[in-house]
Amino acid sequence: MRVNLTVNGRREAVDGVWEGESLLYVLRERVGLPGAKNACEQGECGSCTVYLDGLPVCACLVAAGQAEGREVRTIEGLAAGGGLDPVQRAFLDRGAVQCGFCTPGLIVQAHDLLARVPDPTDGEIREALAGNLCRCTGYEKIIEAVRLAAARRAGSA
Amino acid sequence: MDFLRPATWEEALAAKARRPDAVPLLGGTDVMVEINLDARRPAALLDLTAVPGLAAWERAVDGRLRVGAGVTYARLIAELGDLLPGLAQAARTVGSPQIRNRGTVAGNLGAASPAGDSHPPLLAGDAVVEAESAARGTRMIPAGDFYLGVKRSALAPDELIRAFWAAPASGPQYFSKVGTRNAMVIAVCSFAIALHPAERRVGTGVGSAAPTPRRAPEAERFLAGELDWTGAAPLDARVAARFGALAARAAAPIDDVRGTADYRRHAIAVMARRTLTWAYDDYRKKAAECA
Repeated sequence: MRVNLTVNGRREAVDGVWEGESLLYVLRERVGLPGAKNACEQGECGSCTVYLDGLPVCACLVAAGQAEGREVRTIEGLAAGGGLDPVQRAFLDRGAVQCGFCTPGLIVQAHDLLARVPDPTDGEIREALAGNLCRCTGYEKIIEAVRLAAARRAGSA
Repeated sequence: MDFLRPATWEEALAAKARRPDAVPLLGGTDVMVEINLDARRPAALLDLTAVPGLAAWERAVDGRLRVGAGVTYARLIAELGDLLPGLAQAARTVGSPQIRNRGTVAGNLGAASPAGDSHPPLLAGDAVVEAESAARGTRMIPAGDFYLGVKRSALAPDELIRAFWAAPASGPQYFSKVGTRNAMVIAVCSFAIALHPAERRVGTGVGSAAPTPRRAPEAERFLAGELDWTGAAPLDARVAARFGALAARAAAPIDDVRGTADYRRHAIAVMARRTLTWAYDDYRKKAAECA
């Protein structure tokens, strides 16, 4: 089947989509955006987190056909105009990146948190990131990066 | 596999009548996992995303809430947290923010897993499932009659869940869940309580501790009779303990990968006692304010 959707502001008409295919597969293998990562395929790890109509979701749990006519924003769409998003910058500056596999999902999820809650508590950060697994950073650097992004946003760092 | 995408509710019912083998799809948090892992290959997916009105909730003329099948857990927490506090608490324990942005109570009902988090508060709050088919129209199924067995419900093959109905909380409601960690976890077991002060009645729901979610009727009757509904006296510890024991007796758990039957029975008793304590403390505070 054909699926029409907008990805990072660009309209895409994707042909040959299998009916049981996930949005994640479409993004990675058909649209050519490998930023969202494919790991657990069951919504457990958050590596495939993307915005769907403005809400962060696990792209592996969205059937491609459900994205018909809708707007998707991936990690590639955060770095607008070639510059890094402040959340991406903070992840780099705090060394919150190791193997990098979980990073895109964590950044999209953190990006959403800061858009809704500009000055989150540690509890709010931990709850927001509870669905994003990382097996190498130990999370502390990630939480520091979210704090840093929030502080920079508020102009206090 | 076919991908059916009805544009209206009538089209959806017609599609389900024509294709009873089509699996309804909204949040996808259950269905897509099974497809991704090749555990299930449905003949057709019936995507309800485009059906207008499903993602809305309203207050009906009788005061009850009618919550559309497409209302996500995230919206339930944000918009109905004050009106359906027990269900909202349960919703907060579902998966992660990403999952709660997609998953729905109707999906939980459709899957009818004994471990579904929304079932105990639906039972405790006397929720009713609105199911509809093209052939027979609308049918209202009380939550207590909805669950028939492990992943089996009263839903007919040509029926779709359109909404669930529940009265706004008339008293304190609490939900408690045991999991192996704090987030992203299926319940080892769970328990919900609802106090209905006007009728001096108690609602309960036991989750993940029997082939179906179920109430604990003996515990409900006992507590309704023993609770000091004036709110004058603190909770009698013996009443709370007995309530816990009766709740545990309603369970019929199995040993499985998530926990043993003995542990589940014990945990149900503890959760019943605790949720009662929280609920009754709230109730007394309210009673004191009103006095």
